[in-house]
Amino acid sequence: MMRLELVKRPQRSALFSALSPFIAFALTIIAGAVLFALLGVNPLTAFRIYFIEPISQVWQLHELAIKAAPLILIAVGLSVCYKANIWNIGAEGQFILGGIVGSIIPVLFPQFEGPLVLPLMLLLGMVGGAAYAAIPALLKTRFGTNEILTSLMLVYVAQLFLDWLVRGPWRDPQGHGFPQTIQFNDSAVLPELMPDAGRANWGFVFALVAAVLVWILMSRMLKGFEVRVLGSSPRAGRFAGFGLNRMVFFAFLLSGALAGLAGISEVSGAIGQLQPVISPGYGFTAIIVAFLGRLNPLGIVAAGLVLALTYLGGEAVQSALGISDKVARVFQGMLLFFVLGCDTLIHYRIRLVGLALTKPEAAAKLEAAPKLKEAR
Amino acid sequence: MSANQDGTNLLEVRGLTKIFGTLTACDHIDLDIARGEIHALLGENGAGKSTLVKMLFGSLEPNSGEIFWSGQAVRISSPGVAKKLGIGMVFQHFSLFEALTAAENIALSLDDGSPISSIAAKARALSFSYGLPLDPESLVGDLSVGERQRIEIIRCLLQTPQLIILDEPTSVLTPQEADKLFETLERLRSEGKSILYISHRLEEVKRICDRATVLRHGKVVGHCNPREETASSLARMMVGNEVQAVVRAPVEGIATAQPLLEIRNLSRKPATPFSIPLKGINLNVRAGEVIGIAGVAGNGQGEFFESVSGEVLQQDAASVRIRGKDAGGLTITGRRLLGAAFVPEERLGHGAAPRMKLSENLLLSRHATDGKAFVGTGGMVKSAAIYAASQRIIEAMDVRKSAPDPEAAALSGGNLQKFIVGRELDRQPDVMVVNQPTWGVDAGAAAHIRQALIELSRSGSAVLVISQDLDELFEISDAIAVMHNGELSKPLPIAEATFEKVGLLMGGAEPGHAEHTLETA
Repeated sequence: MMRLELVKRPQRSALFSALSPFIAFALTIIAGAVLFALLGVNPLTAFRIYFIEPISQVWQLHELAIKAAPLILIAVGLSVCYKANIWNIGAEGQFILGGIVGSIIPVLFPQFEGPLVLPLMLLLGMVGGAAYAAIPALLKTRFGTNEILTSLMLVYVAQLFLDWLVRGPWRDPQGHGFPQTIQFNDSAVLPELMPDAGRANWGFVFALVAAVLVWILMSRMLKGFEVRVLGSSPRAGRFAGFGLNRMVFFAFLLSGALAGLAGISEVSGAIGQLQPVISPGYGFTAIIVAFLGRLNPLGIVAAGLVLALTYLGGEAVQSALGISDKVARVFQGMLLFFVLGCDTLIHYRIRLVGLALTKPEAAAKLEAAPKLKEAR
Repeated sequence: MSANQDGTNLLEVRGLTKIFGTLTACDHIDLDIARGEIHALLGENGAGKSTLVKMLFGSLEPNSGEIFWSGQAVRISSPGVAKKLGIGMVFQHFSLFEALTAAENIALSLDDGSPISSIAAKARALSFSYGLPLDPESLVGDLSVGERQRIEIIRCLLQTPQLIILDEPTSVLTPQEADKLFETLERLRSEGKSILYISHRLEEVKRICDRATVLRHGKVVGHCNPREETASSLARMMVGNEVQAVVRAPVEGIATAQPLLEIRNLSRKPATPFSIPLKGINLNVRAGEVIGIAGVAGNGQGEFFESVSGEVLQQDAASVRIRGKDAGGLTITGRRLLGAAFVPEERLGHGAAPRMKLSENLLLSRHATDGKAFVGTGGMVKSAAIYAASQRIIEAMDVRKSAPDPEAAALSGGNLQKFIVGRELDRQPDVMVVNQPTWGVDAGAAAHIRQALIELSRSGSAVLVISQDLDELFEISDAIAVMHNGELSKPLPIAEATFEKVGLLMGGAEPGHAEHTLETA
């Protein structure tokens, strides 16, 4: 009889800290193969369509960047929250509010044009996302509410608010009754990076800059130290003189602003107008991105690209094989599941042990032990 | 079980070994306990005492080795099995529900479904016959630590054990309460019960124990009769070498010295139903002296430390004054900037962040006071500077470690404590407030820390030490005040202080020495 035993490592393993996402990815592939086989599709074909074909041409890489940009922007902000042990689950709502508030200028003042429009929109988008994130922060610091619940519930409020806006007061009067706002004028559209090669816009640059800046903040600055101390040992943080309430606001406002920036970048770049739905769940997928990237902004860039691929692959298998694009959600879920599972390896070793030694065996072991020592 | 009364030992342990990761906590331990003896298990913190008794009580499973109970090999796989065999244990940290009565707490551990009233009656009878006064109907939250321990002992006795294991039972008692406990133990011995008595207090071991087994670094280093040993020979066995005595130079002109820390009528309402309110505390600590605060654990020391350090603010700004300035409304950072330094009781998670490197833990308490040295423009941390400063402290305090800049949690308790104390000493603070400076620290490191505190005071700083270790306070203090139930007695000059006087104050007696002050010293 054998059994598996987890043995605590004396220190966290740097090797498995780096390897864990890759092991998780491999396990996801294996589980995905089983999934495709059960659906009656040759797994090899499915994988080629899912993971290889969506990135085999330059314009497709641009599509990947478009999908990855909001994921990275949001996840970078969330990583600060999660490092501080503050659980902002409502990035999807902050993303939507960023899109709405950022769209005030092009929707309500379409005559306002010029080089100032876009910077103002981006700024308003960040303010909108941050203000919406301030609500759970205020509730938590004032009344001790659980920020997981309040931030999550505010997502649905934001979704319905957007839906009401585009069907009601902000609907395009010339839009034949379609629930959408007017098309943004040219100065309100986020420019493409290389219009000849593909559609990728400046949102991807914002994401990379944000990742680098937050990486510097977290690893090199006193503020990042404050985040890590309060997140890992709040009492030691209080002893250091760091205020927990201030930190709740800092983390929520920062992540809200980045989610808001992602929202307005998506609306003004990839979509060009407000619609009832502006996000295929970026705010939730970004949670997976944040953890897959080890809450490290640079890791998050890589993780964001991987998760963006699951979106593109989902669309590809739907059109090529007729499989529901919900399969993308399944892949994302499995990935998070395996990442969290593999993280056990960072703190524990796996050991195979025999069950219940019989007495002579135990005695033999006892005799052997001192001898082993002498041998050493 | 066959009644084996033919001279076999009640308990024999052979080659018991327990390994945690790379640490061998218990390494081939042999131990014999005869019927009707009080057997001491001696060793410093971290010597493996707790691991050994946890294996005897079934809370841990040994990696190898055998246990014989009345001559028969047994496998103690759970505390339930231990209880069935007749092994009872009184833990150092009680597991009692404060919102329940003593009898209800006892009933919870018996789980035989007998009604509370009959348990209360049995408990009352036992408490009477063993001289352990206790009202089973009283709420645990209202009881003193000594009384809570009696609940644990009675709970253990109700199961009529043959062997009772007591883990550091006197660490939370006043000297007088400890005397009562010893009477009970002697009585149990006279009834033929065996007791395994874990302690690092040598005097009490010499007083009540028949035999002793000494552990060091997980190994048995000797069996002896403590009555034939001296305290220092026992200490040598425990520590492995002679511990240097702390030298306390006399202070001069203390009467005219400037008070650097003044506590004036400091009061605080209880933060939770079971925390202690502080009631009108007054205390001056002058430049050049060490004042000790004695007291049984849980009498308001933690609340007092939080209030003085500024982790909790006061309404009355003048209730805490540092170097002549009102500090009651200042945060801990503000108080540090006035020249104060603080060392809390808990090392991991309070004084240090466990998963952070030592250099980062240096930044923890000094990011504001040494802002220029450690933090550059725009809030960038100067990692080279904090690394160099942490290495300086590591060298000055002789901190032993396995890597150049390890995580705090990777250090042993004593070495981490040396670093945390050294981190504050390195600043040469004018006011130093330390809670339990050497709790769980080995004797060599403790002497080092104590000497460093005395030297800080003699260089012109005010040092306030809160401790439950009376030996320590008598060693380093120029005066000792006692905290009881949220009140602080007047400081007794060390020349007049005796264990008996301090012990009475710890038990809540009115201060009989009324108006002695330091000026007469």
